[in-house]
Amino acid sequence: MQSHTKTKRTKLLSIIGDEDTVCGFLLAGIGEVNQHKETNYFVVKKDTPVSAIEETFKRLTSREDIAVVIINQHVAEKIRELVHSYRAPIPAVLEIPSKDQPYDLSQDSTVKRVRQMLGLGA
Amino acid sequence: MASAAGDRLNVVPSRMTLTQIKGRLAGANKGHSMLKKKSDALTVRLRSILKQVLEKKNQTGDVCREALISLAVAKYVVGEDFKLHILESVDKSSLKVSFHSENIAGVTIPVFEKVSVDDDGTENYGESVQDTVGNGVSKEVSEGLSNKFHSFVSLSGLSKGGQQIATCGENFRKAADTLISLAELQTCFTLLDEAVKITNRRVNALENVVIPRLENTVAYIISELDELEREEFFRLKLVQNWKERESKNAQQLREQLERTRQGFSSFEMDSYRTEERVVEGLSSNDDSDIIF
Repeated sequence: MQSHTKTKRTKLLSIIGDEDTVCGFLLAGIGEVNQHKETNYFVVKKDTPVSAIEETFKRLTSREDIAVVIINQHVAEKIRELVHSYRAPIPAVLEIPSKDQPYDLSQDSTVKRVRQMLGLGA
Repeated sequence: MASAAGDRLNVVPSRMTLTQIKGRLAGANKGHSMLKKKSDALTVRLRSILKQVLEKKNQTGDVCREALISLAVAKYVVGEDFKLHILESVDKSSLKVSFHSENIAGVTIPVFEKVSVDDDGTENYGESVQDTVGNGVSKEVSEGLSNKFHSFVSLSGLSKGGQQIATCGENFRKAADTLISLAELQTCFTLLDEAVKITNRRVNALENVVIPRLENTVAYIISELDELEREEFFRLKLVQNWKERESKNAQQLREQLERTRQGFSSFEMDSYRTEERVVEGLSSNDDSDIIF
Protein backbone atom coordinates (compact mmCIF):
# COMPACT_ATOMS: atom_id res chain seq x y z
CA MET A 1 0.00 0.00 0.00
CA GLN A 2 2.64 2.53 1.03
CA SER A 3 6.29 2.24 1.79
CA HIS A 4 7.14 2.11 5.47
CA THR A 5 10.12 4.00 6.70
CA LYS A 6 11.77 3.20 9.99
CA THR A 7 11.88 6.85 10.86
CA LYS A 8 8.11 7.09 10.96
CA ARG A 9 6.88 8.45 14.25
CA THR A 10 5.02 6.02 16.42
CA LYS A 11 2.68 6.96 19.19
CA LEU A 12 1.41 5.23 22.29
CA LEU A 13 -1.95 4.09 23.43
CA SER A 14 -2.90 5.04 26.96
CA ILE A 15 -5.54 3.85 29.35
CA ILE A 16 -7.52 5.14 32.29
CA GLY A 17 -9.62 2.48 33.96
CA ASP A 18 -10.19 0.05 36.75
CA GLU A 19 -7.47 -2.37 37.77
CA ASP A 20 -8.69 -5.27 35.62
CA THR A 21 -9.00 -3.31 32.41
CA VAL A 22 -5.66 -1.59 32.84
CA CYS A 23 -4.06 -4.89 33.72
CA GLY A 24 -5.47 -6.56 30.63
CA PHE A 25 -4.20 -3.87 28.31
CA LEU A 26 -0.81 -3.85 29.99
CA LEU A 27 -0.73 -7.57 29.31
CA ALA A 28 -1.33 -6.72 25.66
CA GLY A 29 1.76 -4.56 25.88
CA ILE A 30 0.60 -0.98 25.61
CA GLY A 31 2.10 0.21 28.89
CA GLU A 32 5.17 2.43 28.91
CA VAL A 33 7.11 4.28 31.57
CA ASN A 34 9.26 7.08 30.18
CA GLN A 35 12.43 8.70 31.52
CA HIS A 36 10.46 11.02 33.78
CA LYS A 37 8.77 8.00 35.36
CA GLU A 38 5.52 9.05 33.74
CA THR A 39 3.14 6.23 32.95
CA ASN A 40 0.66 6.13 30.10
CA TYR A 41 -1.89 4.30 32.24
CA PHE A 42 -3.86 5.20 35.32
CA VAL A 43 -5.65 2.85 37.67
CA VAL A 44 -8.88 4.21 39.08
CA LYS A 45 -9.82 2.61 42.38
CA LYS A 46 -13.00 3.11 44.33
CA ASP A 47 -11.44 5.80 46.50
CA THR A 48 -9.66 7.70 43.69
CA PRO A 49 -10.86 11.33 43.78
CA VAL A 50 -12.51 12.77 40.66
CA SER A 51 -9.96 15.60 40.58
CA ALA A 52 -7.17 13.04 40.14
CA ILE A 53 -9.01 11.45 37.22
CA GLU A 54 -9.59 14.84 35.64
CA GLU A 55 -5.97 15.76 36.03
CA THR A 56 -4.81 12.49 34.50
CA PHE A 57 -7.23 12.86 31.61
CA LYS A 58 -5.93 16.35 30.89
CA ARG A 59 -2.32 15.21 31.19
CA LEU A 60 -2.78 12.24 28.86
CA THR A 61 -4.78 14.14 26.24
CA SER A 62 -2.18 16.90 26.13
CA ARG A 63 0.79 14.58 25.74
CA GLU A 64 2.38 14.68 22.32
CA ASP A 65 3.30 11.01 22.12
CA ILE A 66 -0.16 9.58 22.72
CA ALA A 67 -2.55 8.76 19.90
CA VAL A 68 -5.39 7.02 21.70
CA VAL A 69 -6.77 7.41 25.21
CA ILE A 70 -8.84 4.43 26.26
CA ILE A 71 -11.14 5.10 29.18
CA ASN A 72 -13.61 2.89 31.04
CA GLN A 73 -17.15 4.07 30.61
CA HIS A 74 -17.89 4.31 34.33
CA VAL A 75 -14.74 6.40 34.75
CA ALA A 76 -15.71 8.61 31.83
CA GLU A 77 -19.09 9.03 33.48
CA LYS A 78 -17.39 10.66 36.46
CA ILE A 79 -15.75 13.28 34.25
CA ARG A 80 -18.48 13.37 31.61
CA GLU A 81 -18.34 17.15 31.18
CA LEU A 82 -14.62 17.06 30.50
CA VAL A 83 -14.90 14.15 28.07
CA HIS A 84 -17.82 15.70 26.25
CA SER A 85 -16.09 19.04 25.85
CA TYR A 86 -12.96 17.33 24.54
CA ARG A 87 -13.10 17.71 20.78
CA ALA A 88 -9.54 17.41 19.49
CA PRO A 89 -9.05 14.67 16.88
CA ILE A 90 -5.76 13.41 18.29
CA PRO A 91 -5.49 11.77 20.75
CA ALA A 92 -8.80 10.07 20.19
CA VAL A 93 -10.72 9.31 23.35
CA LEU A 94 -12.43 5.92 23.34
CA GLU A 95 -14.85 4.64 25.91
CA ILE A 96 -14.92 0.93 26.58
CA PRO A 97 -17.07 -1.19 28.86
CA SER A 98 -15.67 -2.33 32.18
CA LYS A 99 -16.00 -5.60 33.98
CA ASP A 100 -18.72 -4.81 36.44
CA GLN A 101 -20.64 -2.02 34.73
CA PRO A 102 -23.05 -2.66 31.87
CA TYR A 103 -22.06 -1.01 28.61
CA ASP A 104 -24.47 1.72 27.62
CA LEU A 105 -23.67 2.92 24.12
CA SER A 106 -26.02 5.89 24.30
CA GLN A 107 -23.85 7.48 27.01
CA ASP A 108 -20.79 7.63 24.75
CA SER A 109 -19.87 11.18 23.72
CA THR A 110 -19.10 10.26 20.12
CA VAL A 111 -22.13 8.03 19.77
CA LYS A 112 -24.29 10.85 21.09
CA ARG A 113 -22.99 13.17 18.41
CA VAL A 114 -23.29 10.53 15.69
CA ARG A 115 -26.87 9.77 16.65
CA GLN A 116 -27.68 13.45 16.67
CA MET A 117 -26.33 13.77 13.15
CA LEU A 118 -28.21 10.78 11.88
CA GLY A 119 -31.35 12.25 13.38
CA LEU A 120 -31.92 9.31 15.69
CA GLY A 121 -32.41 11.59 18.67
CA ALA A 122 -29.88 12.71 21.20
CA MET B 1 -33.87 49.29 0.73
CA ALA B 2 -33.45 46.43 3.16
CA SER B 3 -30.41 46.40 5.40
CA ALA B 4 -28.71 43.63 3.41
CA ALA B 5 -29.64 45.20 0.10
CA GLY B 6 -28.12 48.52 1.10
CA ASP B 7 -24.84 46.88 1.99
CA ARG B 8 -22.22 47.58 -0.62
CA LEU B 9 -18.52 48.20 -0.99
CA ASN B 10 -17.29 51.74 -0.69
CA VAL B 11 -15.94 52.35 -4.19
CA VAL B 12 -15.70 55.13 -6.73
CA PRO B 13 -18.31 54.43 -9.43
CA SER B 14 -16.37 54.21 -12.66
CA ARG B 15 -16.13 51.85 -15.59
CA MET B 16 -12.86 50.42 -14.34
CA THR B 17 -14.17 49.62 -10.85
CA LEU B 18 -17.23 48.08 -12.47
CA THR B 19 -14.99 45.67 -14.40
CA GLN B 20 -13.01 44.90 -11.27
CA ILE B 21 -16.09 44.26 -9.14
CA LYS B 22 -17.62 42.11 -11.86
CA GLY B 23 -14.42 40.05 -11.89
CA ARG B 24 -14.61 39.61 -8.14
CA LEU B 25 -18.26 38.65 -8.38
CA ALA B 26 -17.44 35.98 -10.95
CA GLY B 27 -14.67 34.72 -8.67
CA ALA B 28 -16.98 34.61 -5.67
CA ASN B 29 -19.59 32.68 -7.64
CA LYS B 30 -16.99 30.18 -8.83
CA GLY B 31 -15.64 29.77 -5.31
CA HIS B 32 -19.12 29.32 -3.97
CA SER B 33 -19.94 26.50 -6.35
CA MET B 34 -16.59 24.82 -5.68
CA LEU B 35 -16.94 25.05 -1.91
CA LYS B 36 -20.43 23.69 -2.23
CA LYS B 37 -19.04 20.69 -4.07
CA LYS B 38 -16.34 20.22 -1.43
CA SER B 39 -18.94 20.37 1.30
CA ASP B 40 -21.03 17.77 -0.50
CA ALA B 41 -18.05 15.45 -0.92
CA LEU B 42 -17.15 15.75 2.75
CA THR B 43 -20.74 15.17 3.82
CA VAL B 44 -20.95 12.00 1.74
CA ARG B 45 -17.77 10.72 3.37
CA LEU B 46 -18.96 11.72 6.82
CA ARG B 47 -22.26 9.93 6.34
CA SER B 48 -20.50 6.73 5.37
CA ILE B 49 -18.24 7.02 8.41
CA LEU B 50 -21.10 7.64 10.82
CA LYS B 51 -22.53 4.18 10.20
CA GLN B 52 -19.11 2.58 10.52
CA VAL B 53 -18.51 4.35 13.82
CA LEU B 54 -21.74 2.99 15.27
CA GLU B 55 -20.99 -0.53 14.03
CA LYS B 56 -17.47 -0.40 15.37
CA LYS B 57 -18.66 0.86 18.74
CA ASN B 58 -20.95 -2.13 19.02
CA GLN B 59 -18.16 -4.43 17.98
CA THR B 60 -15.87 -2.87 20.58
CA GLY B 61 -18.31 -3.80 23.32
CA ASP B 62 -18.20 -7.45 22.27
CA VAL B 63 -14.43 -7.61 21.85
CA CYS B 64 -13.83 -5.99 25.22
CA ARG B 65 -16.22 -8.38 26.91
CA GLU B 66 -14.35 -11.28 25.34
CA ALA B 67 -11.08 -9.88 26.65
CA LEU B 68 -12.42 -9.28 30.14
CA ILE B 69 -13.82 -12.80 30.30
CA SER B 70 -10.45 -14.25 29.39
CA LEU B 71 -8.88 -12.05 32.06
CA ALA B 72 -11.36 -13.38 34.60
CA VAL B 73 -10.46 -16.92 33.56
CA ALA B 74 -6.78 -16.17 33.95
CA LYS B 75 -7.35 -14.63 37.33
CA TYR B 76 -9.36 -17.62 38.44
CA VAL B 77 -6.65 -19.99 37.33
CA VAL B 78 -3.52 -18.10 38.35
CA GLY B 79 -4.72 -16.05 41.27
CA GLU B 80 -5.28 -12.34 41.85
CA ASP B 81 -1.67 -11.41 42.47
CA PHE B 82 -0.41 -11.77 38.90
CA LYS B 83 -1.96 -8.38 38.22
CA LEU B 84 0.48 -6.83 40.65
CA HIS B 85 3.38 -8.35 38.78
CA ILE B 86 2.06 -6.97 35.53
CA LEU B 87 1.49 -3.51 36.99
CA GLU B 88 4.97 -3.53 38.47
CA SER B 89 6.86 -4.81 35.44
CA VAL B 90 5.85 -2.19 32.88
CA ASP B 91 8.77 -0.81 30.95
CA LYS B 92 8.62 -0.17 27.22
CA SER B 93 5.49 -0.38 25.19
CA SER B 94 5.37 -3.23 22.71
CA LEU B 95 2.22 -2.08 20.98
CA LYS B 96 2.23 1.31 19.38
CA VAL B 97 0.42 3.24 16.70
CA SER B 98 1.90 4.90 13.65
CA PHE B 99 0.12 7.02 11.17
CA HIS B 100 0.21 8.23 7.65
CA SER B 101 -2.18 10.80 6.33
CA GLU B 102 -4.82 10.56 3.68
CA ASN B 103 -6.44 13.41 1.81
CA ILE B 104 -10.19 13.75 1.37
CA ALA B 105 -11.21 16.86 -0.56
CA GLY B 106 -8.40 18.86 0.96
CA VAL B 107 -8.83 17.57 4.51
CA THR B 108 -5.96 15.56 5.94
CA ILE B 109 -7.13 12.45 7.73
CA PRO B 110 -4.69 10.30 9.67
CA VAL B 111 -4.77 6.57 9.04
CA PHE B 112 -3.67 4.60 12.10
CA GLU B 113 -1.57 1.55 11.90
CA LYS B 114 -0.66 -0.91 14.59
CA VAL B 115 3.03 -1.35 15.32
CA SER B 116 4.29 -4.15 17.50
CA VAL B 117 7.73 -3.62 18.95
CA ASP B 118 9.94 -6.63 19.61
CA ASP B 119 12.18 -6.94 22.61
CA ASP B 120 15.22 -5.85 20.63
CA GLY B 121 13.46 -2.67 19.56
CA THR B 122 12.60 -3.49 15.96
CA GLU B 123 9.20 -2.34 14.91
CA ASN B 124 6.89 -4.56 12.92
CA TYR B 125 4.27 -2.70 11.06
CA GLY B 126 1.09 -4.67 10.89
CA GLU B 127 -1.13 -4.41 7.88
CA SER B 128 -3.36 -1.40 7.97
CA VAL B 129 -5.74 -1.77 10.87
CA GLN B 130 -8.72 -1.45 8.59
CA ASP B 131 -7.73 -4.62 6.81
CA THR B 132 -7.02 -6.73 9.85
CA VAL B 133 -10.05 -5.80 11.80
CA GLY B 134 -12.58 -6.16 9.04
CA ASN B 135 -12.26 -9.90 8.63
CA GLY B 136 -9.54 -11.15 10.92
CA VAL B 137 -10.47 -10.39 14.48
CA SER B 138 -13.77 -12.08 15.01
CA LYS B 139 -12.43 -15.30 13.53
CA GLU B 140 -9.29 -15.21 15.62
CA VAL B 141 -11.22 -14.40 18.77
CA SER B 142 -13.51 -17.34 18.22
CA GLU B 143 -10.49 -19.53 17.55
CA GLY B 144 -8.98 -18.34 20.80
CA LEU B 145 -12.18 -19.17 22.58
CA SER B 146 -12.39 -22.65 21.13
CA ASN B 147 -8.76 -23.23 22.12
CA LYS B 148 -9.64 -22.13 25.60
CA PHE B 149 -12.58 -24.48 25.83
CA HIS B 150 -10.45 -27.22 24.39
CA SER B 151 -7.85 -26.68 27.05
CA PHE B 152 -10.53 -26.76 29.72
CA VAL B 153 -11.87 -30.02 28.49
CA SER B 154 -8.60 -31.81 27.95
CA LEU B 155 -6.70 -30.50 30.90
CA SER B 156 -9.30 -30.15 33.60
CA GLY B 157 -7.53 -30.34 36.87
CA LEU B 158 -4.37 -28.79 35.52
CA SER B 159 -4.52 -25.03 35.52
CA LYS B 160 -2.29 -24.16 32.53
CA GLY B 161 -1.87 -20.72 34.06
CA GLY B 162 0.74 -19.43 31.66
CA GLN B 163 -1.34 -20.31 28.66
CA GLN B 164 -4.37 -18.62 30.16
CA ILE B 165 -2.41 -15.45 30.67
CA ALA B 166 -1.11 -15.67 27.11
CA THR B 167 -4.64 -16.10 25.78
CA CYS B 168 -5.76 -13.18 27.88
CA GLY B 169 -2.94 -11.03 26.50
CA GLU B 170 -3.83 -12.11 22.99
CA ASN B 171 -7.47 -11.19 23.48
CA PHE B 172 -6.55 -7.79 24.83
CA ARG B 173 -4.28 -7.29 21.84
CA LYS B 174 -7.27 -7.99 19.61
CA ALA B 175 -9.28 -5.52 21.62
CA ALA B 176 -6.50 -2.97 21.17
CA ASP B 177 -6.60 -3.63 17.41
CA THR B 178 -10.30 -2.93 17.29
CA LEU B 179 -9.83 0.13 19.44
CA ILE B 180 -7.12 1.47 17.15
CA SER B 181 -9.36 1.15 14.12
CA LEU B 182 -12.18 2.72 16.10
CA ALA B 183 -9.85 5.55 17.07
CA GLU B 184 -9.07 6.06 13.40
CA LEU B 185 -12.75 6.27 12.52
CA GLN B 186 -13.44 8.56 15.42
CA THR B 187 -10.58 10.88 14.54
CA CYS B 188 -11.77 10.88 10.98
CA PHE B 189 -15.27 11.66 12.15
CA THR B 190 -14.14 14.56 14.35
CA LEU B 191 -11.98 16.07 11.63
CA LEU B 192 -14.59 15.71 8.92
CA ASP B 193 -17.28 17.09 11.18
CA GLU B 194 -15.15 20.14 11.82
CA ALA B 195 -14.22 20.50 8.13
CA VAL B 196 -17.86 20.26 7.02
CA LYS B 197 -18.82 22.94 9.52
CA ILE B 198 -16.06 25.27 8.34
CA THR B 199 -16.88 24.67 4.68
CA ASN B 200 -20.58 25.27 5.24
CA ARG B 201 -19.78 28.44 7.10
CA ARG B 202 -17.72 29.63 4.14
CA VAL B 203 -20.41 28.66 1.64
CA ASN B 204 -23.00 30.56 3.65
CA ALA B 205 -20.75 33.57 4.07
CA LEU B 206 -20.20 33.74 0.32
CA GLU B 207 -23.85 33.14 -0.45
CA ASN B 208 -25.36 35.54 2.05
CA VAL B 209 -22.75 38.23 2.56
CA VAL B 210 -20.06 38.48 -0.09
CA ILE B 211 -22.07 37.82 -3.25
CA PRO B 212 -25.01 40.11 -2.34
CA ARG B 213 -22.58 42.84 -1.39
CA LEU B 214 -20.78 42.57 -4.73
CA GLU B 215 -24.08 42.46 -6.60
CA ASN B 216 -25.23 45.56 -4.75
CA THR B 217 -21.99 47.29 -5.64
CA VAL B 218 -22.39 46.38 -9.31
CA ALA B 219 -25.97 47.65 -9.27
CA TYR B 220 -24.85 50.83 -7.54
CA ILE B 221 -22.07 51.49 -10.05
CA ILE B 222 -24.39 50.82 -12.99
CA SER B 223 -27.03 53.18 -11.64
CA GLU B 224 -24.41 55.84 -10.98
CA LEU B 225 -23.04 55.47 -14.51
CA ASP B 226 -26.57 55.68 -15.94
CA GLU B 227 -27.14 58.78 -13.92
CA LEU B 228 -23.97 60.30 -15.29
CA GLU B 229 -25.00 59.36 -18.80
CA ARG B 230 -28.40 60.99 -18.37
CA GLU B 231 -26.77 64.12 -17.03
CA GLU B 232 -24.42 64.15 -19.97
CA PHE B 233 -27.31 63.68 -22.40
CA PHE B 234 -29.29 66.44 -20.74
CA ARG B 235 -26.32 68.75 -20.89
CA LEU B 236 -25.80 67.99 -24.57
CA LYS B 237 -29.45 68.64 -25.30
CA LEU B 238 -29.25 71.88 -23.38
CA VAL B 239 -26.24 73.02 -25.33
CA GLN B 240 -27.83 71.96 -28.58
CA ASN B 241 -31.00 73.91 -27.84
CA TRP B 242 -29.00 76.87 -26.82
CA LYS B 243 -26.98 76.68 -30.04
CA GLU B 244 -30.08 76.34 -32.14
CA ARG B 245 -31.66 79.30 -30.50
CA GLU B 246 -28.47 81.25 -30.95
CA SER B 247 -28.22 80.39 -34.60
CA LYS B 248 -31.87 81.23 -35.15
CA ASN B 249 -31.39 84.56 -33.48
CA ALA B 250 -28.31 85.19 -35.50
CA GLN B 251 -30.22 84.31 -38.65
CA GLN B 252 -33.00 86.69 -37.76
CA LEU B 253 -30.51 89.37 -36.98
CA ARG B 254 -28.73 88.78 -40.21
CA GLU B 255 -31.95 88.88 -42.17
CA GLN B 256 -32.96 92.05 -40.43
CA LEU B 257 -29.61 93.53 -41.19
CA GLU B 258 -29.90 92.40 -44.74
CA ARG B 259 -33.29 93.91 -45.05
CA THR B 260 -32.18 97.22 -43.61
CA ARG B 261 -29.16 97.21 -45.78
CA GLN B 262 -31.26 96.49 -48.83
CA GLY B 263 -33.66 99.24 -47.93
CA PHE B 264 -30.83 101.56 -47.32
CA SER B 265 -29.04 100.65 -50.50
CA SER B 266 -32.19 101.07 -52.66
CA PHE B 267 -32.63 104.45 -51.15
CA GLU B 268 -29.02 105.21 -51.92
CA MET B 269 -29.44 103.94 -55.43
CA ASP B 270 -32.45 106.17 -55.90
CA SER B 271 -30.66 109.16 -54.64
CA TYR B 272 -27.70 108.23 -56.67
CA ARG B 273 -29.82 107.86 -59.70
CA THR B 274 -31.48 111.27 -59.25
CA GLU B 275 -28.10 112.70 -58.73
CA GLU B 276 -26.99 111.01 -61.85
CA ARG B 277 -29.90 112.33 -63.69
CA VAL B 278 -29.10 115.77 -62.49
CA VAL B 279 -25.54 115.26 -63.47
CA GLU B 280 -26.65 113.81 -66.77
CA GLY B 281 -28.85 116.78 -67.30
CA LEU B 282 -25.98 118.92 -66.47
CA SER B 283 -23.67 117.11 -68.79
CA SER B 284 -26.22 117.00 -71.55
CA ASN B 285 -26.63 120.65 -70.97
CA ASP B 286 -22.91 120.84 -71.32
CA ASP B 287 -22.93 118.98 -74.54
CA SER B 288 -25.59 121.07 -76.22
CA ASP B 289 -24.35 123.90 -78.42
CA ILE B 290 -25.12 127.28 -77.27
CA ILE B 291 -26.48 129.49 -79.98
CA PHE B 292 -26.39 133.01 -79.31
